[in-house]
Amino acid sequence: MTTATTGPAAVKGAVGTAHTRVEGRDKVTGAARYAGEIPFADLAHGWLALSTVARGRVRSLDTDAVLGMPGVLAVLHHGNAPRVDTDYVGMLGIPPDPTAAVFQDDRVPHVGWPVALVVAETPEQAREAAEALVVTYDEEPHDTVLTADHPGAYPADGHMPAETEKGDLAASLAASAVVVDEEYTTPEEHHSMMEPHAATALWDGGRLEVIDSNQGATWVQTELAKMFSLDESAVRVRSEHIGGGFGSKGLRAHQVSAVMAATVLQRPVRVVMTRRQMFSLAGHRSPTVQRVRLGADADGRLRALEHRSLNQTSTVYEFVEPGAGVARVMYDADAHRTANHVVRLDVPSPTFMRAPGEAPGSFAIESALDELAERCGVDPIELRLRNEPEAGPVSGLPFSSRNLAACFREGARRFGWAERDPRPGIRREGRWLLGTGTAAASFGAGAGPSTALLTAEADGTFTVRISAADLGTGARTALTLVAADALEVTPERVRVRIGDSDFGPAMIAGGSMGTRSWAWAITEAARELRERLALGPAVPPEGITVRSDTTEALGALAQKERHSYGAQFAEVAVDTATGEVRVRRMLGIFAAGRIVNPLTARNQLVGGMIWGISMALHEEAVRDRATGGLYAPDLAGYHVATHADVGDVDADWVDDHDPDDPVGIKGVGEIGIVGAAAAVANAVRHATGVRHRSLPIRPDRVLSARADGSGTDA
Amino acid sequence: MREFGYRRARDVSGALALLAADPDARYLGGGTNLVDLMKAGVERPAHLVDVRELPLDGIEITPEGGLRVGATVTNSDLAAHPEVRRRYPALAQAVLAGASGQLRNMATVGGNLLQRTRCGYFTDVSKPCNKRAPGSGCPAVTGEHHNHAILGATDHCVAVHPSDMGVALTAFDAVVTYETPDGPAESPLADFYLPVGDTPHRETALPPGALITGVVLPPAPVAARSRYRKVRERASYAFAIGSVAAALDVEDGVVRDVRLALGAVASRPWRARAAERVLVGGPADGAAFAAAADAELAAAKPLPDNGYKVTLMRNLMVAVLTELAEEATR
Repeated sequence: MTTATTGPAAVKGAVGTAHTRVEGRDKVTGAARYAGEIPFADLAHGWLALSTVARGRVRSLDTDAVLGMPGVLAVLHHGNAPRVDTDYVGMLGIPPDPTAAVFQDDRVPHVGWPVALVVAETPEQAREAAEALVVTYDEEPHDTVLTADHPGAYPADGHMPAETEKGDLAASLAASAVVVDEEYTTPEEHHSMMEPHAATALWDGGRLEVIDSNQGATWVQTELAKMFSLDESAVRVRSEHIGGGFGSKGLRAHQVSAVMAATVLQRPVRVVMTRRQMFSLAGHRSPTVQRVRLGADADGRLRALEHRSLNQTSTVYEFVEPGAGVARVMYDADAHRTANHVVRLDVPSPTFMRAPGEAPGSFAIESALDELAERCGVDPIELRLRNEPEAGPVSGLPFSSRNLAACFREGARRFGWAERDPRPGIRREGRWLLGTGTAAASFGAGAGPSTALLTAEADGTFTVRISAADLGTGARTALTLVAADALEVTPERVRVRIGDSDFGPAMIAGGSMGTRSWAWAITEAARELRERLALGPAVPPEGITVRSDTTEALGALAQKERHSYGAQFAEVAVDTATGEVRVRRMLGIFAAGRIVNPLTARNQLVGGMIWGISMALHEEAVRDRATGGLYAPDLAGYHVATHADVGDVDADWVDDHDPDDPVGIKGVGEIGIVGAAAAVANAVRHATGVRHRSLPIRPDRVLSARADGSGTDA
Repeated sequence: MREFGYRRARDVSGALALLAADPDARYLGGGTNLVDLMKAGVERPAHLVDVRELPLDGIEITPEGGLRVGATVTNSDLAAHPEVRRRYPALAQAVLAGASGQLRNMATVGGNLLQRTRCGYFTDVSKPCNKRAPGSGCPAVTGEHHNHAILGATDHCVAVHPSDMGVALTAFDAVVTYETPDGPAESPLADFYLPVGDTPHRETALPPGALITGVVLPPAPVAARSRYRKVRERASYAFAIGSVAAALDVEDGVVRDVRLALGAVASRPWRARAAERVLVGGPADGAAFAAAADAELAAAKPLPDNGYKVTLMRNLMVAVLTELAEEATR
């Protein structure tokens, strides 16, 4: 790291200094237990049986044959499972995805829908019985193919308005010296986190306990309470260690079915998803079809911008992958139109996946800007700098801080951009053609209401209890550093306990908002605790505990455009005889507010950039038209980048201080992937002269682009 | 996953006896493919007969000057063996191009030859597949097939063989040796894998109950200058979308001897004999290499989404032969 985080808070010491994970030793020695491996007495095991048809009704299940198999305790299905309520709005302000509310009716909305849970004494018995369960269906014709002109498409809001519009697009395009009008597509992608979803449910003295791996213990607690019509105080959810979430670990079929079985059998029941099951039960990033139209003056200044994005969702739940949202933050024009549409297909519900909206959206618009730069004869960085907006292009609100230009300048300097010859297809090294590309990145910096409990212990240490989630990101460590600084003590005197809904409501680990939200609550609690300690001399044996709640403070925060920014750079090598593409190096420079722990922040940013390589070159879930299910849904068929695919990747940051934000943290969870795929695709264009507008840039696509003789587009 | 029995065989005859005792038994080598297939429900053996401890783990030079490789030699040991690296470098390269270090430490030579296709219809019991469930159909022909066969396939099956090792062995005329209840037998690898025809579920000439004991590589001086190139959809840990094992002997610009085999194009490792015939006695230059590749690929019947493989294999053959020819002139 060459860039130090500065600002008023940095002088205290812990924040801004690299710190290894506080639970790192437990994790590498195996002492840290994950949800699927915590032992329970009298534990029974549930195995989900999934539909093999894409649309229809369950006609019958031959449960008798299965109930006679060794160890089988119960078979839950739509005919006998407890009823649940899905008519509510959850903690995130959205209704539940009915995909999680299993066994409520006989309708099958996609391949891989849970039709039964077989519970047995051992997981092996449950699995064998679930695989032996004969289910017959009344099958109906299905539609699982997303097309640009699908008649079922309609505008949908999601967490932002479906459409925004200002100015006269047609007139501005007509008046533009240069126009780019292209379609970009991204495929269905899956989270593929290392740890599969796993939950154990049990009733303990009239209280439901769920040991889970999720992104928000109080989130899942409140959802389960509402779904099972229980008082929130009668549900406790714990999630201590998580082996990756990426948006996929909310309320899902495994927790709900485990609760059902624990209720019916009155004994602890564990349900774990297999890797294959995750491909239909854990959510995915929808494929997108995006159209970008840019109109600019000859010097590259935008006059017209249109970004339309279409994604698929299931027939039972509307999820919007808002690809067009990124333009509302990044680029202004007299005529500016954005739209997010969805089409309902017989597929599993998509869900949040690392940088939802921004990841696919930035591929389209940052590729289009590269095309515009080339047609204008303007350097791609200069083009972006010429189009830096003064205020939010759609909202008109001021930016809290916007240091995109600083990211590009620092990145260009370190990457060696000034020496770049813009001509495509002219650099050769042996069998490889070389090229470089760049792209901009942004992601929202928000916060959600959180509570924290902070205890001054009698022995002089402090205990933080907050229902935060550490997905493997280092959140627990970051909060330790934040608490230490807020208390003006060393991190060794602070113990942070997380992942327990009994600690009170808190923001989820999502939307890059976790650390900012929790740090805010801890900082507030620390302030109050220090005031209390200043009043009295002695701490009683039970300690002194204060509770904070940031709901009011968050409500009082001024309305602004609050975002992180970044500049992505990639160098690729392409063998056009074989179609192989290799990313030799990548550099990302980010303006992401105050960096709490440089060590883990860099992990996050580099991890996101590597995922961007994976998105650009490898990841693609292929849906089989005939069956409506995925082709080869496992980690042999679904390729993620390997070590050998990852060249020299580095991430760093520039100073990014926001004077009116009491925390100053912006979050680094998602922005690393934003723009990364576009930077790679732009580099492939620079290397070969071929523009790839469909991801991933597979060898067959590189080869076919050459073979069709066009030499320009794919 | 079906409950299964497990026995460890002490010697070859014992292994055969254990397998003969139960028609629903399978030999277990490294288990790197079989165990996956059991988890997926594709294979449901009642018993596993573990042959990994059998005394078939040697690599020795044959009296003729070739190599005999035992069936239980691990992929890692095969690739690391000095005589393999010296005499048949493409074989070592092919093995190292496959799987991962952990898998190569487990996987055996015998098991590698018998591994099953990774076609996503074959490995998914919820979908039809003529190889797994004869007569159920081949959805790949009209479905997902961008990594399926362009040579030797039929409408009954368009799956490709996944082995890298097998491509190099095929180039070097390896012979498979095996033990049957009636005694030892052998088969050239070129004949070991059966044509697809209308019986894609019948994959090898191995009689029921037979156990592979090893492979014999005949002496092949040409193999000392050989190379394996593999193209896949990521840089490591993926099956090939096309590969080439080649050996070339050039004197005064003329091809004296050549071996050429292709991977990921057919239901078996594909010996490119048509290309070899064009090359022998002709000039070792780019035009000749291209003509040879075209001769081999004239029989290609690509599907709608795998036509790129014809281009890929042509480019790969030319590239690898060119590299070998340049090496020969140094």
